[in-house]
Amino acid sequence: MIRESDNSRSDAVAFETSSVDRLIASDRAGRSGVSGIRPALEEIWQLLEEVADPEVPVVSVVDLGIVRDLAWADEQLVVKVTPTYSGCPATEFIEQAIEEALHAAGIADVRLEQQLFPAWTTDWITDAGREKLRAFGIAPPVGSASKRTLLGEEPEVACPQCGSHDTSRVSEFGSTACKALYRCNSCLEPFDYFKCI
Amino acid sequence: MNQNQALFEYLLRLGDSDMVLAQRLCELVGKAPALEEEMAIGNVALDLIGQARSWLEYAAELEDAGRSADDLAFTRDERAYRNLLLVEQDNGNFADTMARQFLFDLWHYHLLSALSQSSDERIVAIAAKGLKEVTYHLRRSGNWIKRLGDGTEESHAKMQEAIDEIWTYAGEMFIADEVDSLLADAGIAPDLNALQQKWQSDLTTTLEEATLACPPMDAFMQTGSKQGMHTEQLGYLLAEMQFLPRSFPGASW
Ligand SMILES: [Zn+2]
Repeated sequence: MIRESDNSRSDAVAFETSSVDRLIASDRAGRSGVSGIRPALEEIWQLLEEVADPEVPVVSVVDLGIVRDLAWADEQLVVKVTPTYSGCPATEFIEQAIEEALHAAGIADVRLEQQLFPAWTTDWITDAGREKLRAFGIAPPVGSASKRTLLGEEPEVACPQCGSHDTSRVSEFGSTACKALYRCNSCLEPFDYFKCI
Repeated sequence: MNQNQALFEYLLRLGDSDMVLAQRLCELVGKAPALEEEMAIGNVALDLIGQARSWLEYAAELEDAGRSADDLAFTRDERAYRNLLLVEQDNGNFADTMARQFLFDLWHYHLLSALSQSSDERIVAIAAKGLKEVTYHLRRSGNWIKRLGDGTEESHAKMQEAIDEIWTYAGEMFIADEVDSLLADAGIAPDLNALQQKWQSDLTTTLEEATLACPPMDAFMQTGSKQGMHTEQLGYLLAEMQFLPRSFPGASW
């Protein structure tokens, strides 16, 4: 099997952190790919934890639960991804970023599969992801995405700035499909709320 | 007509309705009455475009004639479009926009709920995903119907007028043809009578809360979209939507 050169790709992808580690990883994986040794899935999950969501860059595609599954099929890494919203304009960008990160780490043969079912839910956002959202000023989704939550009363959303529960919804829809616009009645700051779906 | 042909037709109906309504909503981007409404309208349109793509991709694969979802969206003429007459109607004033949206959202919500139980796995996947989005759409448009209906004298009058005006395009959603019957028998699509009952019951409740009168279901209803017979409005909409790919075939980013 002829494999494309990974060197050009690793130059094109900029990482915020541990670029030295990445370079080493890239060298090692480049050799191991040829000799048929496949990096452990655990390592790949860790790698993907640094692929940021383009719209909310403080969280990774793993934090958001967009990467559903990783598996080796012989020499090929199969990555199952799911879109957050049907029309999310970032979907293709995210898939490309995942592919580039994997190539940069020396995994040349990658296949991305889009998985629509079961539909993405905010329940899949990790605890670490929720904490990062809050620290960034976005209130994480409240409760679980049951049908009752979707149709029922507005949830009690805590202000990510001061923690007050005295908040009100300004708009059902915010700056991106996944967010609603809220305002804190205590500190008067407006903020984004990551909608529960 | 065999089942695959019926399914292709049905997928076009689903995809085209989403697509055309999204295009209408996008006309308001840049000139909605308030910034929050503009973001909401844009977001709803985006969800619908995403859903349209899923349906049309499925249609294109099923047809297997070398046409992509984009080809279906951008190269079919008006007579080949299968969207509901309801969604091609002009935006009018804000009450008109919300009346059209609410009648559609309510239908869309119950339709996708039913399609989430379809015997076709791919339909289930697309519908279950879309349903989450449409639930939000419905909550928002239903709230507007109530706020405007039960608002000032002027907003009440405008909302009532909007419902009465658009009403003639609502009946078509529940008139079954050969495609609907064939797919309902196969457990792929829902029975339209059952769908209408749910739609009507929720509609009555919301209109009552909004202090609005519900026009009679046996009023004269416009039909024709299932055969590609549209109102004048669709041609103008498609002319704008399809201009670029038709003028510059194969153009890409
Ligand atoms: Zn606050």
